[in-house]
Amino acid sequence: MHTKSISPWKEAVQAGLIAGAIAVLLNLVGMTTAFSGRYIVSGWFTMGQVLFLVPMFILAYTTARKIAPQPAMHTALAGLVCGVIGSAVQAGLVLLGQVVNLRAMFINASPQLFEILTFGRDLPGLLLLLLAGSIMGVVGAVIFLLPERLAKSVLQALLWILLLGLLRDLVSTVTAQWVIKTKAFPDWLGWAGVLITSLSTFINKTIYSASGLKPLSAIVLFLLVGAWAYWRYGRPKRARITGPLTRRQQTQRVLGLGGIALLFILLPSILGIFFAEILDNVGLYILMGLGLNIVVGFAGLLDLGYVAFYAIGAYAMGVLTSPELGFFNLTFWEALPFALLATVIAGVILGLPILKMRGDYLAIVTLGFGEIVRLLALSDWLRPWLGGTQGIQRIGQPTIGSIILDSQQDLYYLFLAAIGIVAFIAWRLKDSRIGRAWMAIREDEDVAMAMGINHVATKLLAFATGALFSGLAGTIFAAKLHSVYPHSMNFLVSINVLSLIIIGGMGSIPGVFVGAFVLIAAPDLLREFAEYRYLAYGALLVAMMLTRPEGLWPEERRRLELHEEEGEVPLGEPPPVLNTPGG
Amino acid sequence: MALLEVENIHSYYGNIHALKGVSLSVDKGEIVTLIGGNGAGKSTTLRTITGIMKPHEGHVRLEGNDLAPFKPHEIVYKGVAMVPEGRRIFARLSVAENLEMGAYTLTNKSKLNQNMERVYKLFPRLKERRSQVAGTLSGGEQQMLATGRALMADPTVLLMDEPSMGLAPVLVELIFDTIQQINKEGTTILLVEQNALMALSIAHRGYVLQTGEIVISDTAENLKQNVTVQKAYLGME
Repeated sequence: MHTKSISPWKEAVQAGLIAGAIAVLLNLVGMTTAFSGRYIVSGWFTMGQVLFLVPMFILAYTTARKIAPQPAMHTALAGLVCGVIGSAVQAGLVLLGQVVNLRAMFINASPQLFEILTFGRDLPGLLLLLLAGSIMGVVGAVIFLLPERLAKSVLQALLWILLLGLLRDLVSTVTAQWVIKTKAFPDWLGWAGVLITSLSTFINKTIYSASGLKPLSAIVLFLLVGAWAYWRYGRPKRARITGPLTRRQQTQRVLGLGGIALLFILLPSILGIFFAEILDNVGLYILMGLGLNIVVGFAGLLDLGYVAFYAIGAYAMGVLTSPELGFFNLTFWEALPFALLATVIAGVILGLPILKMRGDYLAIVTLGFGEIVRLLALSDWLRPWLGGTQGIQRIGQPTIGSIILDSQQDLYYLFLAAIGIVAFIAWRLKDSRIGRAWMAIREDEDVAMAMGINHVATKLLAFATGALFSGLAGTIFAAKLHSVYPHSMNFLVSINVLSLIIIGGMGSIPGVFVGAFVLIAAPDLLREFAEYRYLAYGALLVAMMLTRPEGLWPEERRRLELHEEEGEVPLGEPPPVLNTPGG
Repeated sequence: MALLEVENIHSYYGNIHALKGVSLSVDKGEIVTLIGGNGAGKSTTLRTITGIMKPHEGHVRLEGNDLAPFKPHEIVYKGVAMVPEGRRIFARLSVAENLEMGAYTLTNKSKLNQNMERVYKLFPRLKERRSQVAGTLSGGEQQMLATGRALMADPTVLLMDEPSMGLAPVLVELIFDTIQQINKEGTTILLVEQNALMALSIAHRGYVLQTGEIVISDTAENLKQNVTVQKAYLGME
C-alpha cells in the first residue's frame, strides 16, 4: 500500500512540544501547585507531579501508536525524545523564571512551582526533571509495545492507583464515621460492629497512611488490579439484551433495580453528612438535567436559558411562602402546585415567540430569556416583590407530619423522591406518542408536520415539561437554602446542565445521572479541583467530542449511529438543508 | 367531482410571484403528473396543497371541502400524504421507526401493523433492513422508505415530489413500477417529476407547468405526442 510516510522523529518532537505545552499550561494555571500537597503514594509522588509528568507519558503512548509499526528500539527512542523535549520545555520555564519576573503576568509562576518542578533541589533538580520526563516518555512508548492484554492491564492498574490515592481523604472520612455510628449500637450490631471497625482500621492504617496510599499497599493494589484486569481481558461481556426478556432476565433485572434502589436509600447513612450535601447538589442537577434532556435531547430544541425556569420555580416558592414579603404565607406543600404552575406557564410563554426558530437562533433567544429573568429578579423595579439583590429569606420548608425536612440527609430523600417521579415520567414519555412526536421534530421538523404532527403543540409541550422539572428543582433548592438570591440564577447553571447532558449522552436518561455525578460530584469530592472546574469541563467536553461524541451512557440510537459496524457502512447523507423560503 | 382540486392559486415568496393562477384536478383512482423544469413551481404547488404555504388567492379542495382553514398536520389527517423531495427520511431512526412515524395519524395498533405488512410486501427490501439505521440505506432504498412511510398513513391522495431524483435508471424503473402498483391498490397519486418520459409512461393525465403557470394539460398519451412537450421535456428534436 502506498501511504504518505510519516517521519517518526518529527512526530516525536512534535509530541514532545505538545506535551511540554500542556504541562506548562497546567503549571501556569496553578494546578500543579494546588495538587502538590496531595500524595498519591505517600512519600513517593504527589498528584502535582503526576500532572506535570503525565502529558509526556500520554503523548509518548499516542506517538508510538501513530508511528507504528517501528522496531522496538525506535519506538522507545521516540518516547525518549518526546519525554526529554516535554520536560525540557518545562525546564525552560523554570530557567526563564530565574531571569524574568514571570509572576507579573502569571501569578502561579511562583517560587513554589519552581521548587516542585525541580523536586526541591534548585537548578540541579532540572536534571531530575529531565530524567523523570524521559522515563515517562520511554515507559509510555514501551507500554504500547507490550501485548495489548498486558498493556491494558497495566494502564488500568495505574489508573486505579491514581484514583484510590486521590480518594484517600474521602475514604477515611467515610470509614471514620462508620466507626462512630457502630459505637452507637454496640449490642445490636454485635459482630458486625467489630467487623466494620476492623475494616475501617485496616483501610486507614494498613492501606492508607496519613496522606495517600502506603507504598507497599500501592504495589499490592497495582498487582491485584493488574491481575484482575489481565484475567478479565477478552472474556465475553454480558450481551446486550435486545429481544423481549426471558422470565429469568426479568427477575434479574427487578432484583438489580431493587438493589440499586436500596443502595440509594441507604447512601446518606453510609457516606455521612459531607456526602449528603454533595448528593443534594447532584440531585438538583439531575432534576434539571432530566428536564433539559426532554427539551434538548428528545425534542432537539437547544435551550441556553434553562436557568430561567429554575429561577422562576425558586422565586415562586419564595414569594408564596416567605412571611417577609407578606403577600402569602403558604406552606411548602401548599405553594408547590402554584409554583410549578408558574413555571409551566413560563415555559409556554417562552415557547410561543420562538416556535418558528431553529438551531442557532433558538439558542440565542433562550439565552436572552435566561438573562432577562435573572435581571428582573435583580432589578429595583421588582424589588418590593422579589427582593432585588437581597433576594428572599425565610422561605417555607417542606414538612412531613411534624418533621421538618431541613437537614441535608432529609432533603436527600426529598430529592430522591422527586427524581424518582420525574425520571419515571421522562422514561414513560420517551416511548409514548408524544415522545415519538418529539423525536420526529428533532430529526426533521418539516417532515414531522407532513406526518401529521402538530409542531406547535409538540414544541410547547417540550418546553412546558422541561420547565416543570426545572421549576421543581428550583422550589426544592429554595426550600433547601430557606432563601433565594438572584446571583444563584446565573448563566453558568444553564451551561452546567447542558454540559452534563452532553457528557452523559444526549437523550439518554441514565446519561443524565452519569453526567451529573461526573460534573457536579467530582469537583466537590476533590476540593483542589473546584477552582479548575470550568477548565476541566472544557477539557472534558473537547475530549469527549473527539473520542466519544455519543456520551458516557449513550442512548442506544446515538450509539448505533456513531459507531456503525467497522465504519464500513456509509453514515448516510447529512440531513438535507432546510429549504424554507425566506420572505 | 374531482377528489383533489386546485383552483386558480397564486402564491408568493416575498415579492416573487411563484404561482400565477395554477388550476388542476385529480380524480379518484388516477395518476396525474405535473411536469416542468427547475423553478417552474412544481414543489410550490405541492407545498400549497399540503398547507405548508397558504395561497394568496385561490382554493385547494379535497372531496369538495376547502382546505384553507386547516393546518398542515390537520390536512394529513384528512388523507393527504406526501413523499417529500430528496426523500427526507429520518436518517437516525431505524427503518421500522421511520414507518411507524409515518403512521403517526393512526391510533389503532393493528391497523398500523397491517399497513406495515403492506409496505413490506411492496418493498421486501425494507423488511430485510427494518432494524437498520435509515441513513445507512442506499438512495433507492431511501426512496422506497420515504414512499412506504407516506403509505403508512393510509392516504387517499399521495403526493410525490421527484421520486426519481438522483437514482440509477434501474431503480427509477422499480420505483415507478411500484407507484403503478400502489395506484392499482386504490391510492390516487399526484406525481411531480422532471423525468417527464417516465412520469408520462405511468400517468393517466398530465399538466405542464412553466414559470408558475399551467401551459398544457392533456392525457398522458397526447402529451407524449405533443411537439412542445417533446422538445422541452422529452429531449426529442
